[in-house]
Amino acid sequence: MSGPEGRNTIELRNVTRWYGNVVAVNDITMTIGPGVTGLLGPNGAGKSTVLHLTAGFLAPSRGELTVGGAPSWRNPEIYRTIGLVPERDSVYAFLTGEEFVRSTATLHKLADPAAATRRAIAIVDMAQAQDRKISTYSKGMRQRIKVAAALVHDPQVLLLDEPFNGMDPRQRLHMMDLLTKLGAEGRTILLSSHILEEVEQLAGTIQVIVSGRLAASGDFRAIRRLMTSRPHVFLVRTSDDRRLGAALIGRPAVTGVEVTGDGLQVRAADYGAFSRELAALTRDEGIRLRELLPEDESLESVFAYLVES
Amino acid sequence: MFNKVVASITLRAVFGRKRALLFALPPLVLILVTLVLKAARPPGAQWPGHILGDFGFSVILPLTALIIGTSVLGAEIDDGSIVHLLATPVRRSSVIVTKFCVGAVLTMAFVAVPELVAGLIATGGPSKLAAGLFVGALVGSVIYNAVFVMLSVLTTRAIAVGLLYVLIWEVVLGNFVSGARLLSVEQYSLGVANSIAHYHALNAGLTLSTAVIMGTIVTVAALIYGTRRLSEFSLKGDAV
Repeated sequence: MSGPEGRNTIELRNVTRWYGNVVAVNDITMTIGPGVTGLLGPNGAGKSTVLHLTAGFLAPSRGELTVGGAPSWRNPEIYRTIGLVPERDSVYAFLTGEEFVRSTATLHKLADPAAATRRAIAIVDMAQAQDRKISTYSKGMRQRIKVAAALVHDPQVLLLDEPFNGMDPRQRLHMMDLLTKLGAEGRTILLSSHILEEVEQLAGTIQVIVSGRLAASGDFRAIRRLMTSRPHVFLVRTSDDRRLGAALIGRPAVTGVEVTGDGLQVRAADYGAFSRELAALTRDEGIRLRELLPEDESLESVFAYLVES
Repeated sequence: MFNKVVASITLRAVFGRKRALLFALPPLVLILVTLVLKAARPPGAQWPGHILGDFGFSVILPLTALIIGTSVLGAEIDDGSIVHLLATPVRRSSVIVTKFCVGAVLTMAFVAVPELVAGLIATGGPSKLAAGLFVGALVGSVIYNAVFVMLSVLTTRAIAVGLLYVLIWEVVLGNFVSGARLLSVEQYSLGVANSIAHYHALNAGLTLSTAVIMGTIVTVAALIYGTRRLSEFSLKGDAV
């Protein structure tokens, strides 16, 4: 790959990784480009394995994996492009936060390690605690200093394994803002998380791994629309729910209607057809349509469907 | 090749752990035993060679080198903090060589210097024995650390494997099987020590040239293999 976009691109082609008889990642092909991509999956699905493969800390048993066109395995130069925030809490606890980030900057042979350190520590809002030993930090503070060390060399690709672990809500919001900003700058951010709410707000694209396989890839709303075997669920509020329900039940696009205390819950096999028919039907029946809410278009619902299947 | 940042972190990591206290114990024991024996003046003028050679080179030197050699890298691998070092462009050979150098220098400080001190005490002043023990211990510090740093990369049980090597291979087999001496760091050290001391009680089983050649081969091979394995350092994924 050439050009600035190619430099940030992570490519997996038929990547498989096994340990003895256990296949941790099974024939995954995907391309991850600039922006924030969420790597989702149940425990043991293979998310960390994919991250470690991408970070050059695991060799594919089969297939090819490149970052910016170069293999990450056995290639220390790749770390000029990649910044890694591992899940494990272990950091050099005897160092202060500033010493840890500055050591990393020096190992990257940056022209001005001190300035790069100040910048990275400011980005994660750790300036006040930078002179304390890391052993005195809370878990959330350790996460933030790890992020600072991963950012100190201004990498184009950032890999984060469960970055929100140990963070309080305010720190999570700050981290989400930071990652959003970095993604908007054209960097490739790949994060693995089981906190769906954060990924839903943060990631434009998701890669869902289930039992080592890539179950789905792309925008989660688009993924939901492709799940044609599962009826879409809507909540409809109108001026006469019961009359609308009676009219809807006869439509081919509708597979079920339930009158609830909160409105009309409608199951529709065809998202597009239902949306068009609803507008026409309410107009013809003289019913005022107040609200139409998709009830299972959240990332949580999409994820649950994918894991179940 | 030698990286100051890696060296600084390694030194601070080694002395920041409680096991650093263990470094000081063996050499203290060696000096204390020497002082006691010197005062007691046991019959047989060969006791310095037995104590400082047999005890010093078969117990104190390898065990101290084992504790130090596995601390400089093994502890970081065990707790996972090594990832932060390896996720930088620093060459793996630089990591291995730097940690080996730190380990070797620490072992020299905690074993070779006490051997010299004990030798001076035992012989009542500067002597070929004291000089030989010092140089032999310097050589042993270098070779043992190369082996134990390599071992730290190969296995999480480096201390157990190292102990097996020292106790079974060097102490037991090395004394009864002449071929085993060719792969014994203790014998390399004693060979060099004896080439200066010319002291029969050291029980050196190898000539100087054999000791130097084999010691060099073992050191270089250990560092090269350790570098190769560190280049393939893997983080376990979800399945394991």
